Amino acid sequence: MGELRLMKGNEAIAEGFIRAGVDAYYGYPITPQSEVMEYLMAEKPEERTGMVVLQAESELAAINMVYGAACTGKKIVTSSSSPGISLMQESFSYIAGSEVPAVVLNVVRGGPGLGDIQPAQSDYFQSTKGGGHGDYRQIVLAPSSVQEMYDFVNLAFDLAFKYRIMVLILSDGAIGQMMEKVMLDEQKPRLTNQEIKDRFDSWALTGRTPGREHNIITSLDLDQENLERHNFHLQKKYKEIEENEVILEEVSLEDAEYVFMAYGTSARICHKALQIARKEGIKVGLLRPITLWPFPEKKVKELASKVKGFLSVEMSAGQMIEDIRLAVEGKTKVAHFGRYGGVIHSPEEVVAALKSKIIGG
Amino acid sequence: MAKVRGAIVVDVERCKGCELCIGSCPTDVLRMAVDVNGKGYHYAYMENPEACTGCVNCATVCPDTVITVYRIKVVD
Amino acid sequence: MAEIKLEDIIKPENLVFQKTKLFTDKPLSYCPGCGHGVVHRLILEAIEELGIESETIGVAPVGCSVLAYEFMNIDIAQAPHGRAPALATGIKRVYPEKFVFTYQGDGDLAAIGTAETIHACNRGENISIFFINNGIYGMTGGQMAPTTLPGMASSTSPYGRDVASMGHPLKMTELVANLPGTRFVARHAVHTPALVRKAKKAILKAFENQKENKGLSFIEIVSNCNSGWKMTPVKSNQWLTENMLEYYKLGTLKDE
Ligand SMILES: Cc1ncc(C[n+]2csc(CCOP(=O)(O)OP(=O)(O)O)c2C)c(N)n1
Ligand code: SF4
Ligand code: SF4
Ligand code: SF4
Repeated sequence: MGELRLMKGNEAIAEGFIRAGVDAYYGYPITPQSEVMEYLMAEKPEERTGMVVLQAESELAAINMVYGAACTGKKIVTSSSSPGISLMQESFSYIAGSEVPAVVLNVVRGGPGLGDIQPAQSDYFQSTKGGGHGDYRQIVLAPSSVQEMYDFVNLAFDLAFKYRIMVLILSDGAIGQMMEKVMLDEQKPRLTNQEIKDRFDSWALTGRTPGREHNIITSLDLDQENLERHNFHLQKKYKEIEENEVILEEVSLEDAEYVFMAYGTSARICHKALQIARKEGIKVGLLRPITLWPFPEKKVKELASKVKGFLSVEMSAGQMIEDIRLAVEGKTKVAHFGRYGGVIHSPEEVVAALKSKIIGG
Repeated sequence: MAKVRGAIVVDVERCKGCELCIGSCPTDVLRMAVDVNGKGYHYAYMENPEACTGCVNCATVCPDTVITVYRIKVVD
Repeated sequence: MAEIKLEDIIKPENLVFQKTKLFTDKPLSYCPGCGHGVVHRLILEAIEELGIESETIGVAPVGCSVLAYEFMNIDIAQAPHGRAPALATGIKRVYPEKFVFTYQGDGDLAAIGTAETIHACNRGENISIFFINNGIYGMTGGQMAPTTLPGMASSTSPYGRDVASMGHPLKMTELVANLPGTRFVARHAVHTPALVRKAKKAILKAFENQKENKGLSFIEIVSNCNSGWKMTPVKSNQWLTENMLEYYKLGTLKDE
């Protein structure tokens, strides 16, 4: 039986962690996402499900606690905001190299540097291109409502375990802080240690089961030929994800002559902008990528030969636009619009930008 | 009087010739071979096997655990 | 007395010491005479004697012993440089009944990983930390470590460590002994048979403390780095006794 509640995005995702049967959350406070750990601590999940919640001494420690625990086949999560996520990048690369499943939430704020604590979307490059070192990828999910903050927890863990990969939930300060109704589903039980052994004993550190080889979790291979082979394997996995796991939302694209492309908070604004524009007779649709990586390249390509232009609406100086341009391959007009540094654009500004940069531009 | 006699076996190919076992032996049993193993290291061997008491000192300090020790009680 | 032949002694029933089965078949990658090998063995022997090999999860560092996972036949993770205590914390919290240990060099534990070390100790994580202090960065070719002695030369302190500009050697063991979270803190060495036996006892105790939920055990092993120190193994153990042990005094600092 579901349960309807009015919650902040940060609280909804925290509740989602508990109900998804997560084994541990390790984190460090930073605005605008501190409510995640605050909510968890107040909820006493160790009593509700046996879930561990621990405040670490830094994001470096938090992500490495995540890394260690994730090596054991347990469901592990952390959350932070932009500067904290920057600090975690070395370990993201290790997680990718050693192929362990983990989920990380980034409630993005304005940058660069310490920036501000207002919502932003300026971590797209870092999230989708890899802020750490080496040839690696992580799946990036972009919720645009409090309900999706909650729902994407299960989605993220399903993908993380299916591919033994890190899944980043890329939210922003607006979605983290806003209150909306959210439908909560039933508590999923945490896996028992025996269930974990039954499922993941081929790779997880569960203690060397008599009769099997010892399991090693490492990203090191000093033999360059071996490391190249490992990279081939990773690239193959990434290709498979690109082919199978793209998730997107389409709004009024059937007859669209123009496309807003936006995710998260910007997508919400574009919904509104779309209504305004449509009232004025402008045939615009919205393509909302839910997975930022894998990027909905095929869909963009398909639209590129039909429409008169894309407006990439982002709360950044223009980051996703680079992926749109790559997919469009010059077939149609592509422009960026967005306020940034923590400023959120209005629907009217978006419509005006569509007119000036695409229709009249 | 009961006495003990010991003997060691060196895994010659894994010995790295560090010589740490030599100084650890209280009865001066060990020496480094003039020969080298496949890796080019001189290896330890028992020069005075009769003096070995099987005290395990050499195996205890050997960083590569290449020494195995045996011991028996001997009755005069 | 009848002459006793070696073949009479070298028989399975007369075996008094052999390599622990918890070593894998891979030869150790360490330089000749390097103390890392002895400490690996003591840890594995302790695990074998306690019969906990299927209940133990190790964490290897970045440093020469990064490859510890190749040699230790137990489930084991390799941590980013300095973060082993965080990985161990993460693991132990979700598997409180397992035995979890870190194996770290002095650069790993006392420089880049200082914060993780201190906070794991301060939280009193029920884990064992084995800290190999050889006064230098071995893996990267002999640079100065936080533990390098005053006046000691390294590739980044070629004229000797000048404490006025390069700081003082850090006594991590004394530091963590002061934290209420630590239970058992000791400094050992492994270059003589007697010292090896003592170190082994401390390592055993560190694991037993986990079993009894006693909290964090921190065992420093003052060791050598023949390559980094540019000495023969025999010389370096002599140097260790004369210099390192003067600064890093052996003994139990805390046992509650
Ligand atoms: C983030 C990061 N910084 C630097 C290095 C390079 N590095 C590898 S090992 C090492 C020092 C290790 O020294 P120590 O911990 O004393 O161990 P030892 O090799 O002496 O056993 C350094 C600086 C690295 N791998 N990662
Ligand atoms: S066992 Fe003892 S007596 Fe025999 S060689 Fe080794 S150190 Fe010497
Ligand atoms: S201590 Fe071991 S490795 Fe070193 S010389 Fe003796 S047998 Fe060989
Ligand atoms: S460089 Fe030093 S610490 Fe590393 S294996 Fe060689 S002797 Fe040991």
